[in-house]
Amino acid sequence: MATIAVAKPRRDWVGIVFALVLTVVIVVPMLVVVTWSVSNVWRFPSVLPQEFGFKFWQMTLARSDVWSALTMSLSLSAVVTALSALICLPAAYAFARMEFPARTLLFFSFLAGQAFPKFGLLVAIAAIFLQLNLIATFWGVVLIQLVGTLLFMIWIPVAAFQAVDRRMEEAARDAGAKPLRVFWSITLPQAAPTIGAAVLLSFVGTFYETEGAWLIGAPQIRTMPVLMISFINNQPVIQYAAVLSVLLWIPSLIALVFTRRVVNSGSFARGFGA
Amino acid sequence: MSNLSISNVSKLFSTTLAVDDFSLDVADGELVCLLGPSGSGKSTLLRMVGGFEMPSEGSIRIDGEEVVHLPPEERPTGMVFQSHALWTHMNVFNNLAFGLKLRRLPKAQIREKVEAVLELVGLGGYGTRGVTQLSGGQQQRVALARSLVLEPKILLLDEPFASLDQHLRERLREEVRDIQQRLKITTLFVTHGQDEALSMADRIVVMRDGKTEQIDRPDIVYREPRTPFVAGFIGTMNLIEGVVQNGVFSKAGYSTPVPVADGPAVLAIRPEALELTVAGENAQGHVHRVTDYGTHGLVDLVLLDGTRLKAMVSHPDLFATGQGVSLAPKAIAAYRDNVLIHRVALGKETAALRQLVDA
Ligand SMILES: Nc1ncnc2c1ncn2[C@@H]1O[C@H](COP(=O)(O)OP(=O)(O)O)[C@@H](O)[C@H]1O
Ligand SMILES: [Mg+2]
Repeated sequence: MATIAVAKPRRDWVGIVFALVLTVVIVVPMLVVVTWSVSNVWRFPSVLPQEFGFKFWQMTLARSDVWSALTMSLSLSAVVTALSALICLPAAYAFARMEFPARTLLFFSFLAGQAFPKFGLLVAIAAIFLQLNLIATFWGVVLIQLVGTLLFMIWIPVAAFQAVDRRMEEAARDAGAKPLRVFWSITLPQAAPTIGAAVLLSFVGTFYETEGAWLIGAPQIRTMPVLMISFINNQPVIQYAAVLSVLLWIPSLIALVFTRRVVNSGSFARGFGA
Repeated sequence: MSNLSISNVSKLFSTTLAVDDFSLDVADGELVCLLGPSGSGKSTLLRMVGGFEMPSEGSIRIDGEEVVHLPPEERPTGMVFQSHALWTHMNVFNNLAFGLKLRRLPKAQIREKVEAVLELVGLGGYGTRGVTQLSGGQQQRVALARSLVLEPKILLLDEPFASLDQHLRERLREEVRDIQQRLKITTLFVTHGQDEALSMADRIVVMRDGKTEQIDRPDIVYREPRTPFVAGFIGTMNLIEGVVQNGVFSKAGYSTPVPVADGPAVLAIRPEALELTVAGENAQGHVHRVTDYGTHGLVDLVLLDGTRLKAMVSHPDLFATGQGVSLAPKAIAAYRDNVLIHRVALGKETAALRQLVDA
């Protein structure tokens, strides 16, 4: 018998370094921001705040502009995501299943919006919106943010639909279902986990979208990120910004929990053709 | 009472003629196997009957009614796919109930029908199982049940057991045949396995390049293949390409009378019809290898020009590698230009002759 190689538990140095870097770059700043948000008094050069407390949370949450910005952001994200799903999902299905002339050209034109420098594109669109009286309106912002979601809401669902076994759809036709029923009862549920991830990404992405919301929406339409920028610019009180930051993390955290479930189920990777 | 009538159906995929002027009538309660190598157009034909492909030409009638222009959901056919194609987001019960719900049957009746069909395929009480929790054989049974529960006039199966192991395949084959006979359901079954076709079918359609080579009962297809392709595709067959001159077929030292016009010919002899005699000087070939299967033996032999043949013998111990042998076939068939030109059972006559001489 050959000698049995004893596997020495080796340290995964790459992993350790990676974890350390992540900690320094993400976790430490987050901790600092959270600490700031619960500091009533924290003066240089003290390492810890002189006085902990929720004074600034109360002050922030008491402001009506914070609440209206939060409502605005949530309703913008909801409307944009719903519209985007309504437009993009049928389009994605068409791209995934049907053969028609200029299919590839059209597909890439959907994605082309992402290939150019965003701000230049935004300024050009803003000029057009000015003509159409869409500047500083809710629907103007909806339109501009809709463009930003196209990438996720077309690309990912196309992959998701393509991953659905055609035979399953045929079996449903065979059982007596009309094409629309097949889409609703078979194709959509089969692609659901991946499409759920796309919807979530679109929602969160819209929630944090800043340039479009600011350029098209200002001054009437104020979303959370836009409000935060004005807080930072106008009132150099760190605690306000810190509280707002923590508030802004909430959708991310919810999204993270959901995506973890989707990614773990494996269908997310399958959607990408993995 | 349902019959299927396919007349002069062709299917052209851009440049590929997948099915070429195909006609077939399937009688009520009959099980017909479409048998042929991969790419011979079996699936395309089945999918045209199911409504998933539109024929380029021809007509398909079920109980005399033209169905060519109906979408799958309006045809009285039920299809079982090779990949089972069960809906993985539904449990077994919902897979079976889907079509019944579309037909707006009352809940109690749906439950009753689903339970009955699950019993029929031997999966009683499996309704609440998830589809992915089942084994391959169980999944294929559910797929069959999903089609059966809708009581189709024509059942279509496209290599339903191809992904299962040999043992399971044989068992399911028998089960499906039993169910088919019990329900007396008109069935078209696609397979590329000859043993599957031979053991299940009332009639076999041997297909090649989208065309029919032969339509016959399994025993006739086996014993009297009409073309060398059928001869070679079903069972093991020795095919010897040679020349006929003055009524004698010859090939590398072997010759036998074949009373046809002069020209090239293919001689077909089954291994079990090829008797061998030990020969010395004027041997027609020699033994290459002997395999003893206990019940019988198989001799691989080589003709003088290197042509390989197989012969089934009852006493393998009589033969040894390198030994000279002569061929004494009991039955031969000769083909020219893909058509049968001569068939004869020699065994009985020679045996009878010998008895006369001995007497
Ligand atoms: N959708 C299609 N498009 C183009 N060619 C096809 C299509 N389906 C089948 N074919 C071709 O038709 C021929 C017959 O295929 P098929 O019916 O699947 O054969 P089988 O089931 O006997 O293996 C093959 O040459 C195949 O490549
Ligand atoms: Mg096939």
